[in-house]
Amino acid sequence: MSDFLYLIPLLPLIGFAINALLLGRVPRGLTGIIASATVLGSFLLSLVGFIELAGLPVDQRQLTQTLFTWIPLGDFDATIGFLLDPLSAIMVLVVTGVGFLIHVYSIGYMSHDPGIGRYFAYLNLFTFSMLTLVLADNFLLMFVGWEGVGLCSYLLIGFWFQKKSAADAGKKAFIVNRIGDFGFLLGMFIIFWQVGSLNFLEVNELAPIAFGGSIGLVTAATLLLFVGATGKSAQIPLYTWLPDAMEGPTPVSALIHAATMVTAGVYMIARTNVLFMMSPDTLLVVAIVGAATAFFAATIGLAQNDIKRVLAYSTVSQLGYMFLACGVAAFTAGIFHLMTHAFFKALLFLGAGSVIHAMSEEQDMRNMGGLKKYLPITYITMLIATLAIAGIPGLSGFFSKDEILFYSFTNPQGHWLFWLVGAITAGITAFYMFRLIYLTFHGRERMDEKTKSHLHESPRVMTVPLVILAVLSIVGGYVGLPYVFQIGSFTNLIADWLKPVMAPGQALAAEAFAPTVLAAEGGHSTALELTLMAASVGLAVIAILAARALYKSDHAAVTRLKERFAGVHKLLENKYWVDEFYGATIVRPIVAGSVFLWKIVDVVIIDGLINGMAALTAGAADTLKFTQSGRVRTYATGFVIGAVLVIAYFVYLR
Amino acid sequence: MPDLLTLVTFLPLLGAVIVALLPSAQHGLIKTVSLATALLTTIVSFILYAQFDPLGNGMQFVVNIPWVESMGINYHLGIDGISLLLIVLTTILTPIAILSSWHSITTGIKGYFASMLLLTTGMIGVFCALDLFLFYIFWEVMLIPMYFIIGIWGGQRRVYAAIKFVLFTMFGSLLMLVAVIYVYFAYQAQTGDFTFNILRLSEIDLPLTAQYWLFGAFALAFAVKVPLWPLHTWLPDAHVQAPTAGSVILAGVLLKMGTYGFIRLCMPMFPEATLAFAPWIIGLSVIAIIYGALVSMVQKDIKSLVAFSSVSHMGFVMLGLFVMNEQGMSGAVLQMINHGISTGALFLLVGMIYDRRHTREIAEFGGLASVMPVFATFFMIATLSSIGLPFTNGFVGEFTILLGAYKANVTVGVLATTGVILAACYMLWMFQRVVWGKVTNPANAKLTDLGLRERIILIPLVVLIFWIGIYPKPLFDRIEPAVQANLLVLTERLDGPVNAHQTPASVDSLEFVTQVDEATKDDN
Repeated sequence: MSDFLYLIPLLPLIGFAINALLLGRVPRGLTGIIASATVLGSFLLSLVGFIELAGLPVDQRQLTQTLFTWIPLGDFDATIGFLLDPLSAIMVLVVTGVGFLIHVYSIGYMSHDPGIGRYFAYLNLFTFSMLTLVLADNFLLMFVGWEGVGLCSYLLIGFWFQKKSAADAGKKAFIVNRIGDFGFLLGMFIIFWQVGSLNFLEVNELAPIAFGGSIGLVTAATLLLFVGATGKSAQIPLYTWLPDAMEGPTPVSALIHAATMVTAGVYMIARTNVLFMMSPDTLLVVAIVGAATAFFAATIGLAQNDIKRVLAYSTVSQLGYMFLACGVAAFTAGIFHLMTHAFFKALLFLGAGSVIHAMSEEQDMRNMGGLKKYLPITYITMLIATLAIAGIPGLSGFFSKDEILFYSFTNPQGHWLFWLVGAITAGITAFYMFRLIYLTFHGRERMDEKTKSHLHESPRVMTVPLVILAVLSIVGGYVGLPYVFQIGSFTNLIADWLKPVMAPGQALAAEAFAPTVLAAEGGHSTALELTLMAASVGLAVIAILAARALYKSDHAAVTRLKERFAGVHKLLENKYWVDEFYGATIVRPIVAGSVFLWKIVDVVIIDGLINGMAALTAGAADTLKFTQSGRVRTYATGFVIGAVLVIAYFVYLR
Repeated sequence: MPDLLTLVTFLPLLGAVIVALLPSAQHGLIKTVSLATALLTTIVSFILYAQFDPLGNGMQFVVNIPWVESMGINYHLGIDGISLLLIVLTTILTPIAILSSWHSITTGIKGYFASMLLLTTGMIGVFCALDLFLFYIFWEVMLIPMYFIIGIWGGQRRVYAAIKFVLFTMFGSLLMLVAVIYVYFAYQAQTGDFTFNILRLSEIDLPLTAQYWLFGAFALAFAVKVPLWPLHTWLPDAHVQAPTAGSVILAGVLLKMGTYGFIRLCMPMFPEATLAFAPWIIGLSVIAIIYGALVSMVQKDIKSLVAFSSVSHMGFVMLGLFVMNEQGMSGAVLQMINHGISTGALFLLVGMIYDRRHTREIAEFGGLASVMPVFATFFMIATLSSIGLPFTNGFVGEFTILLGAYKANVTVGVLATTGVILAACYMLWMFQRVVWGKVTNPANAKLTDLGLRERIILIPLVVLIFWIGIYPKPLFDRIEPAVQANLLVLTERLDGPVNAHQTPASVDSLEFVTQVDEATKDDN
């Protein structure tokens, strides 16, 4: 029974249709309820699918449904079809579950906004696109969702379109994503013409034979797909749109730019892990880009003062971890971190929203402080999320991050350098997150009196989602117990669950890396695992203590540090001037070149040539008109000369 | 009761005659008769669509009556799936164009609406004609009303634009006429018969040198229409100066005359020349895609922005045609329809704000979403269709073209795909400057949103945008047999049939040339 799969994406689409077509006619209070209800419906259906899947034997856990043929063209044949397998089941649960909570939260957060109907219409459309992306059984339908979420992201970032910065940010997000999509498209072309299909299951099965010895082509295809992933998931060099995307309403940042859409790249790589496993070169690139992004974005997060921007760079950095996981062939760990990150990062953003809501739209942490006593629920839940992201043992982030770090050290595709960068980044993460907590909730109250008088905890409709997410941020990690803690039936549930999806890829790699894999498995050292764990936790604790010392109450030490390292601080505060660099080296030359093409090539050269021909014709006519003089003697002369020339030609030259 | 093709072709002409006979002062009556004629034509074309057999081979609804027997000229009509869809596109756009002129045309009303209807007959005639002589007549018939529409009811520089339009087109047409006459006599020389029958003319074997020259002459005429870079410079002028309806028809249908001509005449009549010239045309198409997009990006006038975007989009169509595989060519035919719909919608939308503000300068606008939310929504949909978002029509066409292009030649595929990025740049930047932001110009503060008539004009196009985007199968079912027939002619000239799937991905169009060149040497 899988004929209900299409309903999972369809329900939010219906919600979108109701809110969009009856825009302004649905009562304000009802729009959010309609939107949330459709997502809840999808969540329940996903649950049904999940349970059904779990009831099947391990090797048969695939529910498929094909609706109709979309593009039939010769030997090309794309269908609208869905696939629910262990991997997409996790994704739909995260998307609809976290998505539902954020929809509910939005009812409170957006209650005063005049565009609430439009807001929920977009949010539903987004959920539809995201579910299409996740459930698609082929590349092309995934691409539909892929571009669809990009569109919704564009619309929601620019939701307050009167603000120029918001409109700019929306456009930037779309265009940067399109650069990624360019790679995705080309990757698809290679795969289709090589394998003859775009269906995931078929590609997984046929690719090893179809690509045969041409590893170069697999590398090209996977690298191009990865370009798509760097766009959508904000990795170097295409990450610059995500911090700007914070111009959108905060629940949007939580849903799209933290929990779901930006993880699409990680999902896509996990989905096509067989292809990626065929190309060690691509895996290495993925790992390097992931690790570099994780570190680089974390350093920028150190010096940001806007609460949402800190979280944005943190998201870029955490996504880097997920790609690092994929790059060292630990796809399960990547998906695991994707899930726990969805919980605690959504919580952090929603908490930040609650803070911003209370602070009368203030986002600069320098004007906050001491909010702990005004926003107790927000404080506690955000603190839990912060502990989770900092990797404190017992919370979800610890388990998933630890797994990534462990595999980046021990996997044959890994390297101790990846581990080192990851561990240092974990320390930086703990530092900037506690900096955020101390600046926002502790210390002197730095806001003005007017703001202070309005401070209030958010309503229930907003705090209940926070509490649920806080619970998930704690317990979410226990589905993925590390090896050392696995006793009896307490195994790594998520790894077992995902095994059928990852097995074909692992089998391929086993051939390529046979000796090392065996060595790694045989020598699973408990001591090594505990040492690595202790090292990264130790770094995090030191970082937290440092943040506490610097930001808890007195900020004099911070000022001294800033003066001492003014250059570094300026570099970080200005985000390494990457936006400026892109502007000067790419955007401006293209615009200038285009003006040249228009003003010079089009107007002067091409039109000039044509006008020149016209002028030549006119000139020739002007000259030749004198031959038509009407004087018989001139004609006769011409006639005679002509006749002589003709005769001369025949007599002498033939 | 005449046959359906004659009916659909000459119904607008009948309307034009009636309009011409009405008293000039009867504005309401003139408009009503024009609209009614156009709608009736639409209905006839729908019947045509319904009765067309997608599985049928060759031409359907064929009429073949001797006209000037001594010269082998026949009244010969017939359509395949490609012409069918183009006819339906034409008959859908015509009533929309007429409705869009309802209030914006204030002078010479009788002449204007009669011209529109006459133009329609010319366009449908071109798509139906299977006699080269008839084809040429319809081809020239289109030119005259369009010249008047731009030259009389156009903007400030209308005369300059109209003359530029006519000179470019005439330059091509005359070369084509010479080529037509040459082919006509060549056929007689080979078979002893005089005929203008396009299908029979395609059967003769012309020497390669002659083919090259003839292909060149036809290709120039068609390339000007498309317009293929660098013959495009008449287009921005014509569009900017033409009234809204003129732009809609120009972009929607007239540009397709060029690409249609390549499919119907150039490819079947001169297959070897087609193969030889293909790499050059592909090269120019790729230049058009990128060049059109870049120049579009820096335009200050919305209409000329859309005009340059047409250069880019039609570059995609030409590319699809000349990569000469099933995906590319079918995608190209679909994209011809798509471009008519989405660019038509864009020109209509620009016209609607022009009617209100009498300017098309991007800088004059901004923040329209606040005052005209319905307009903003339609504009968004047309924009997304134009940049080829999945589930809109533009995506299906562009994707299949690029899929085919990539198969033919990797470099070409990659270069053309950059057009996808650039389209997002120029369209969204324009959209942002016109629709988003605050209302800074007081002249925009009190604009009224779209009225009922304007919504009725746009809704059919929006329906088509999503319908073709989500379920293009019925269209492909009609396009594919025609495309296959065309490809068959081309592949038969090569060594054995080229099976699409068995060809390695790296088969380069340039290889065709070398093969043909070698074939030439053998001939000598």
